[in-house]
Amino acid sequence: MSSPKGRGGDWTPPLHANPPQGRGTSDEGRSRLEGGPEARSQQSEPLLEVRDLTVHHGQLRALDRVSLRVFPGEVYAIIGANGAGKSTLLRTIAGLHRPTDGAILYDGKDMTKIRPERRATGGIVMVPEGRRLFGSLTVEENLKVGATYARKGPWTIERVYEIFAWMKDRRTQRTAQLSGGEQQAVAIGRALVANPRVLLLDELSLGLAPVIVQRIYAMLPQILSTGLTVLLVEQDVSQALRVASHIQCLLEGHTTLEGRPSEVTAEQVEAAYFGLSQAAAEGSEALWHGSTPSSRAS
Amino acid sequence: MAWVNAIIQGILTGGLYALFACGLSLMFGVMKVVNLAHGDLAVIGAYVALGVITVTHIPALWSFVIVVPIMAVLGYALQRTLIQAALDRGVLITLLVTFGLSVVIESGLLQFINADSHSLGVGESIITGSFSIGSQIQLPYLLLLIFAVAVVVLLGLQYFLSLSRYGRMIRAVADDQEAAQLSGIDYRHVFGIAAAIAFGTVALAGIAYGMYSQFSPTTGTDTILLFAFAAVVIGGLGSLWGTLLGGIVLGVAQQIGAQINQADQVLAGYIVFLLVLALRPQGLTARRAQS
Repeated sequence: MSSPKGRGGDWTPPLHANPPQGRGTSDEGRSRLEGGPEARSQQSEPLLEVRDLTVHHGQLRALDRVSLRVFPGEVYAIIGANGAGKSTLLRTIAGLHRPTDGAILYDGKDMTKIRPERRATGGIVMVPEGRRLFGSLTVEENLKVGATYARKGPWTIERVYEIFAWMKDRRTQRTAQLSGGEQQAVAIGRALVANPRVLLLDELSLGLAPVIVQRIYAMLPQILSTGLTVLLVEQDVSQALRVASHIQCLLEGHTTLEGRPSEVTAEQVEAAYFGLSQAAAEGSEALWHGSTPSSRAS
Repeated sequence: MAWVNAIIQGILTGGLYALFACGLSLMFGVMKVVNLAHGDLAVIGAYVALGVITVTHIPALWSFVIVVPIMAVLGYALQRTLIQAALDRGVLITLLVTFGLSVVIESGLLQFINADSHSLGVGESIITGSFSIGSQIQLPYLLLLIFAVAVVVLLGLQYFLSLSRYGRMIRAVADDQEAAQLSGIDYRHVFGIAAAIAFGTVALAGIAYGMYSQFSPTTGTDTILLFAFAAVVIGGLGSLWGTLLGGIVLGVAQQIGAQINQADQVLAGYIVFLLVLALRPQGLTARRAQS
């Protein structure tokens, strides 16, 4: 992934342009996403592709032949209940788990056996579940660590301070002293300064008050305006439906539902999320099973 | 006056102990490796210095210019191979592996060199002298120099860890390896750097010990490792300045013990060590991250 091909050239970010939706409320967030699927059908090449990924934790099969294709500029949300395999999927894409089977392709190249730090420097950067900041380091040092092997791009520590205004004044504080929401912001900043092409967000809302979660998701349009692609995992389904251009629901390691938020009904989501009734499950089978991502994106 | 002299001698010896201890503390703080071969590596440093001095005839004082880089490279190589392989199998395995390393080094030295004691002769330089305050207090230049080296090493480490890019990466990796990987950092390389630094300080400690006293293949485990452990535990694990404080406390306790009865020198050090373990197991300095 160290090949310089396509670095920076293929995604020119509108740096100082106003973010498309300003402070995205839910409605604005959704209106943006209506554009997503068109882009999806026109784009022939996905930026990130997962093919039949199977991952085991010891004897337990955490993921069973899960596939997904994420196109440039998308906000792709993985939803599902606790233990559905969402985080495992994201961590495997980041390189922290070894899959037993299947492949991960990034920009058309096979990444399955690449070490996590090479994936990060190549442009796949994850904000891990539970923030995972460097607790003995200051806010600024955390950002500097994130920027150590950064790709070229629009994100700098200064720019992170611009979108999170409070951060600059508190940059010399240790992150252990910050509140959960503040820590999450630093974790996002630490990922952004690496200038990822694909940003993986693992359970941003975990352990945070709803109002804080709202505020963090409201930053998403500003982040997307720099040309990022986002793959996120979220337990909060309504939140995911609001921000995503494409959703995929996992249940016990299987894909149970996939589509644009506008295409799926609340009942389908509910059935896919809980694996409720046989009928609903069959319905979703008929709708989604076996269809390739490109055939869906009509 | 004899007591004041004992305390001053103890403080100065503490510099040597701190030099032993800081590499041990660094490797534990960053990689969670308790390096049981630490003392033997110091002895290896002393033997390498002996070899370098014999071959090149450079003064013992300057042997560190060659020995420290050699040991640093050895440290990086050992960390990236043997110790990393042990770490991948679990932290406890590193105890077994470094213990094995210690046995191998000691036996190897006995087998291929001999069991004789050696020292690094500093010759008739000014360093062998001392200056006196009054009739009772004597300050040997060598001990003063070793103490100064220890302070410089600790200051340098502190500066490096808190301000340099690699120092920041070392602290980040010590906090959270996985998160460091997600920031593009190859933690195994960073471990190697930390080990190289630790081995460099061990080499300095070995040379200092060789000039100060006599060493033989078994000195590593029966003296250096134990004193280093005592200094680290007394000072507080993972704290660099704690190792200096721990070294000083240990040194002073030993000298006071010797003042009471020559045979009680080592015993007095371990009594303090046990007292700290019993009364303040986190060490004298509050537990902080690497600095």
